[in-house]
Amino acid sequence: MTTFVADTLNVMNRELKPVWREPMAVVFAMIQPLVFLGLFAPLLPEMATGGSALQWFVPGIVAMTALMGASFTGSNLMEEMQSGSHERQLVSPLGRPALLVGRALKEVVPMLMQVAIIVAVVTPFSFDLHLGGVLAAALVLSLFSIGVGALSFALALASKGQDWMFWTIQQTLLFPALLTAGVLLPMDGAPQWLEIVSTLNPMTYVVDAVRALFAGTYPADVVAQGVAGAAVVAVIGLWVGVRAMRRSS
Amino acid sequence: MTTTHTGPAIVTRGLTRHFTSRKQTVEAVQGLDLEIGQGELVAFLGPNGAGKSTTLRMLTTLIPPTSGTASVAGHDVVTGQRDVRQAIGFVGQGNGAGHRQLGRDELISQGRAHGLSRADAHRRAGELIADLDLEAVADRKVSSLSGGQRRRLDIAMGLVHLPRVLFLDEPSTGLDPQNRINLQELIQRLHAETGSTVVLTTHYLEEADALAGRVIVVDHGRVIADDSAARLKSGLGDLVRLGFGSASDAARAAGRLSRVPDSRVDTSAETVDLRVKDGSAMVGEVLADLAADGVPPTRVEVARPTLDDVFLDLTGRSLRETQQTPEPTATEIESEVAA
Repeated sequence: MTTFVADTLNVMNRELKPVWREPMAVVFAMIQPLVFLGLFAPLLPEMATGGSALQWFVPGIVAMTALMGASFTGSNLMEEMQSGSHERQLVSPLGRPALLVGRALKEVVPMLMQVAIIVAVVTPFSFDLHLGGVLAAALVLSLFSIGVGALSFALALASKGQDWMFWTIQQTLLFPALLTAGVLLPMDGAPQWLEIVSTLNPMTYVVDAVRALFAGTYPADVVAQGVAGAAVVAVIGLWVGVRAMRRSS
Repeated sequence: MTTTHTGPAIVTRGLTRHFTSRKQTVEAVQGLDLEIGQGELVAFLGPNGAGKSTTLRMLTTLIPPTSGTASVAGHDVVTGQRDVRQAIGFVGQGNGAGHRQLGRDELISQGRAHGLSRADAHRRAGELIADLDLEAVADRKVSSLSGGQRRRLDIAMGLVHLPRVLFLDEPSTGLDPQNRINLQELIQRLHAETGSTVVLTTHYLEEADALAGRVIVVDHGRVIADDSAARLKSGLGDLVRLGFGSASDAARAAGRLSRVPDSRVDTSAETVDLRVKDGSAMVGEVLADLAADGVPPTRVEVARPTLDDVFLDLTGRSLRETQQTPEPTATEIESEVAA
């Protein structure tokens, strides 16, 4: 157990080295969500309650950033599989589960940096900052990022030698996941089949909880469902990921 | 260096690995029985697809054998994976150091993976950087290093924990001739200094010849020869190539040369090849004899046997020719299986 913890920390620290050294890369990685924010936000109607539309839209963009960043991360592992450093780690005494878990845990750091940037960008505009809620939301999103990151690494391992497979599957799943979670448009009044898909998407609950928390409200059921949604992604992700890593050669 | 182990560094018994790809079974390694003693420097030599890398991948715990057993530093490669990994160093065909990382960071992280304390890992990284002449580049991003520098860094990574057995998979592939020679000198020096067992694969004859005390020639997943390069070659004899003014002179000379004991004579047009042990010592006598017979050669060439001649003699194929049409390597087959 202590070796697992030491190995996991070793892997995580190694993965974080490039992040600390080149923090600007974290900013470049979130260009897409920032573009969505810049292009969509001016089009949003005033909310029925009279508040700024940003209040509804920003939490969605934050969840989108978390999903995008973590789902891309497998490409780093693919690069290491090609260059040979993954093979070198497989021959080292580092445990297979640690190689996966350490990588997945690392996803929390760039995600938190990105959330901080988004909040800093929108706060001067008509966005009410509820710091406590934002921090609570960050915890839910951390769990979510770990799960999505683990799934992305599992996909990278399964795509060994065939990069196109990673990108095809990642891109095919990304936007349906975003849309059915109600990130860009509300799911109210969606046709029944879409509503069913939305109910089955664990990210829906994560986004709902993040919206409530960003608004400075703490509805117990919504928050609990958000934590549960993120936990489901994390458990499935880590389970699938560790399995894939054990089979890696 | 956890436990001291006194037996051979590597033992394999019937070690076999099959790959199944599109219902076709490729027998990459077939029943390998090997024993490699502690402190030996051994080269696996063979064409692409011969099974060298697959063997190395089994010995380094990357893939399990289909059947048979192997132990490295006293630990079974299947049931004692972690102990094997703790005991060995591995320099693969690619770059062990991550391209987005700094060389020094990678050395420290590798040391920590092997259980060194933070202070020891830093100290050891510093030693290796100095020893392998990496001072100028150790704190740069690995992707900015030259091929030769990266290779030295990879070897440093494999040496962090003073492994008892060091595996190098085609270490010099992709290096220019100067860097290849530097690398060979480095491997020899490290072997001499550390006393570790070193096992490398290569398809460069010159490399196996210059570097290894023992050459294991592999073809189609089997060992076809296993000895020192000198003995493998001396068994074959020198090649004395004689040119004549006409084909009839050549034929006459060939007739005379066929009386040389323990020799082989091949004639093609105006050239006669005499393959005989210690041919270089015998050549004066041969020339005098032919001159006395009225067929003095117009050209003479004496060549010491090469490992390519050994391979040609064993398989009927030249190692250089087989490299023109490489068979799929083990990793390629594996990724097909994974698909």
